[in-house]
Amino acid sequence: MNTEQDKSINKLAPTLDKRALYTELTRILPADSVLFDEEDLHPYECDALSAYRQLPMIVVLPNTIEQVQAIMRLCHQHNIPVVARGAGTGLSGGAMPLGDGIVLSLARFMSVLNIDPLARTAVVQPGVRNLAISEAVKPFGLYYAPDPSSQIACTIGGNVAENSGGVHCLKYGLTVHNIQKVKLITVDGELLTLGCDALDSAGYDLLAIINGSEGMLGVVVEVTVKLTPLPDRAQVILAAFDDIEKAGSAVGEVIAAGIIPAGLEMMDKLAIQAAEDFVHVGYPTEAEAILLCELDGTNEEVSEQILTVRKVMRDCGATEVRTAKDEEERQAFWKGRKAAFPAVGRLAPDYYCMDGTIPRKHLPFILRRMAELSKQYDLPVANVFHAGDGNLHPLILYDANNPGELERTEEFGGKILELCIEVGGTITGEHGVGIEKLKQMHIQFTTEELQQFHALKHAFDPKALLNPGKAVPTPRRCSEYRQLPNQAQQAHCDGEHE
Amino acid sequence: MSRDISDSLQEQVLAAANAGTPLTIHGGSSKAFLGNTSSCDTATLLDVSPHSGIISYEPVELVVTARAGTPLKELEQALAAQGQMLPFEPPHYGDNATLGGTIACGLSGPRRPFAGSARDYVLGVKLINGRGEILQFGGQVMKNVAGYDCSRLMAGAMGTLGVLLEISLKVLPIPAAEQTLVKTLDASRALKTMNELAGQSSPLSAISYDGQQLYLRLCGTETAVASAAKCLGGEKLDKDTDFWNRIKEHRHAFFQHPLPLWRLSVPATAPLLDLPGQWFIDWAGAQRWLITDSKAERIRQLVSEQGGHATAFRNATNETDRFQTPEAGVMLLHTRLKQAFDPKGIFNPGRLYADLQQE
Repeated sequence: MNTEQDKSINKLAPTLDKRALYTELTRILPADSVLFDEEDLHPYECDALSAYRQLPMIVVLPNTIEQVQAIMRLCHQHNIPVVARGAGTGLSGGAMPLGDGIVLSLARFMSVLNIDPLARTAVVQPGVRNLAISEAVKPFGLYYAPDPSSQIACTIGGNVAENSGGVHCLKYGLTVHNIQKVKLITVDGELLTLGCDALDSAGYDLLAIINGSEGMLGVVVEVTVKLTPLPDRAQVILAAFDDIEKAGSAVGEVIAAGIIPAGLEMMDKLAIQAAEDFVHVGYPTEAEAILLCELDGTNEEVSEQILTVRKVMRDCGATEVRTAKDEEERQAFWKGRKAAFPAVGRLAPDYYCMDGTIPRKHLPFILRRMAELSKQYDLPVANVFHAGDGNLHPLILYDANNPGELERTEEFGGKILELCIEVGGTITGEHGVGIEKLKQMHIQFTTEELQQFHALKHAFDPKALLNPGKAVPTPRRCSEYRQLPNQAQQAHCDGEHE
Repeated sequence: MSRDISDSLQEQVLAAANAGTPLTIHGGSSKAFLGNTSSCDTATLLDVSPHSGIISYEPVELVVTARAGTPLKELEQALAAQGQMLPFEPPHYGDNATLGGTIACGLSGPRRPFAGSARDYVLGVKLINGRGEILQFGGQVMKNVAGYDCSRLMAGAMGTLGVLLEISLKVLPIPAAEQTLVKTLDASRALKTMNELAGQSSPLSAISYDGQQLYLRLCGTETAVASAAKCLGGEKLDKDTDFWNRIKEHRHAFFQHPLPLWRLSVPATAPLLDLPGQWFIDWAGAQRWLITDSKAERIRQLVSEQGGHATAFRNATNETDRFQTPEAGVMLLHTRLKQAFDPKGIFNPGRLYADLQQE
């Protein structure tokens, strides 16, 4: 975890002080939509990466596109940094405020504007919760496929900013695959439409770079999502293994059998036991690993695939294979997985959730190295894993009240991310870089690549006012980093800016 | 054949950047007809086709990485040998099609509305930017949000942002069974049926309409296809196994016509448009081919009203303006992005938009 907001950007000096800015903002918004007092600002001081907090200067809560445009024009004119925020469920500090900037909350953009069942699209405001979309379109036999674990709370605007994933990505894709069009307000307040109601739009695929851009390129104020027909049937298989490597190879064998499961999740022993203690769904607590494999589609398809998957699991040495006998049991199997984070959270005062992705074949190596590191740092780690698409979520258990333990946790986490890069993976599959992984960006990308990112950012935001200091470290620091001969000096260099 | 000529390609780009002389990037030239005629007579050819070969392919990972000059045919054969495919069913438009050109043009075949587009399957790229730097974005994993998604940006950019060197793609298993059904319907009924069917849980993998008959392709497990076929009804198209390939490759009789061929990308639910000419509807209503001598302005006006865009695809009478121009604010972002990746404006000048270099 990188604790710093990058302060080395050549920032333009704001030309309004807090009081003057407040006065200007209240010309755009009713006074109760501009938060100014410290106690009102506290709820916005962090996102779900709560170890890092910073009070913003002001929080604004607009509820019309025109208000957002006016706010952006004002901030652009006066060089005020803007951090857009949805529900604040992000895990990488992407929505952490800046002390000299404002937080632009999209929480009041809560309407589902239109559902077109025939076209299989819904037009929603950015503050609509992920799960609320699926609930709204369910009567039409449709749903919104990406389902991050935080889907009860997280908003579609935040999903676009992070290119959120979830359990169903391998078959149904990420946010970027399920968004058709957005309305975006540029840093200088212009309203643009990116993407269109057709399946592609003319020119560059700007929608592709908006997804996952962490609020650095514009403010999304409306989203048209693609909807997927609800499958006729969904069924889940739970397979238990006495060896986590056998479970890992079973994942590959399911795919080798020509099956793309709707979800394919793995949990290790610590995660299984924690989940079982928490929600009592009958998980085999003696197992070293379990796989949850969900199959969906037409009735015939699912029947055929269940037989194949059961056989594959047994051939790979599963000690037990259960097929959920009804919807109730299916929900129960999933309940344990969905409760895994809070369940593991009960084992220690604090936990730190990591998010690397690796080519699946390296799973045994990564798990072995992680176990070694866990011993070395003397910190337990539970593993929850989107096995189908190689996305790891190791949860490091720690106690922030023990001096030095948070720092040790962060170092351990950093090592896990470096391992992911080492095997050809990435430091973040779906949680974003935010402020958390700036340091590892230097390892994953060259100076030239980071400079290209900055050039792209500059094309959208020449004054660097949108969420500055997040997602991409500054090239100046990169070049320092690259010139330094050894790691000790590198640590020194990074420390300087903290 | 496997060969790495990235050093030589980089040298050529550096030389062009230093001299400020434009480059026309090409692979197999199978899609050279697409886009504007180069606005620059002095452009040098940059031949990427020798930069070829599959670099890594592990079927169980569902990921393949290959050099841009790899023949598309070779790549698809390698995947088929392992029971896998490129799910976006890319058109070749010629024997020499390469992977690089396929991604740069960003075209997808009949499976598009059900499986996703070329851009959807791009996981990572290695490219040379206009400064002659070799850069790598994305990777070989399904989920990756480190840095901006520059790899997907390359899909459909017509080579105006960089020279693609390597591309990593997600691949999927070839379905066990396939069955095409044919139904005779009038155009408006066909359009309605397409949209209704696409909204149901079914193993459909393509729907098109040739003006008289609706073609439904089912792909999936044996039992799923058999059951869906029984449920949908219609005549089985068993003899003509090449039908979808002819549509994809524009070898179907419809496409053999000297008049301009337009590609209309519209919402699948858009009504039949009041434009004279011959129509072929693909992508379950979302991609409509039109052979017409109507004026570009008229076509684009009607298509824009429906929220779509129109491309002068083949036999275009105009040398420029073949792709529809986005609204002014979006166009400004295009010129700035071009500046960000290719500051000297050396890559494929004019191919996408004539005025990308100006700001």
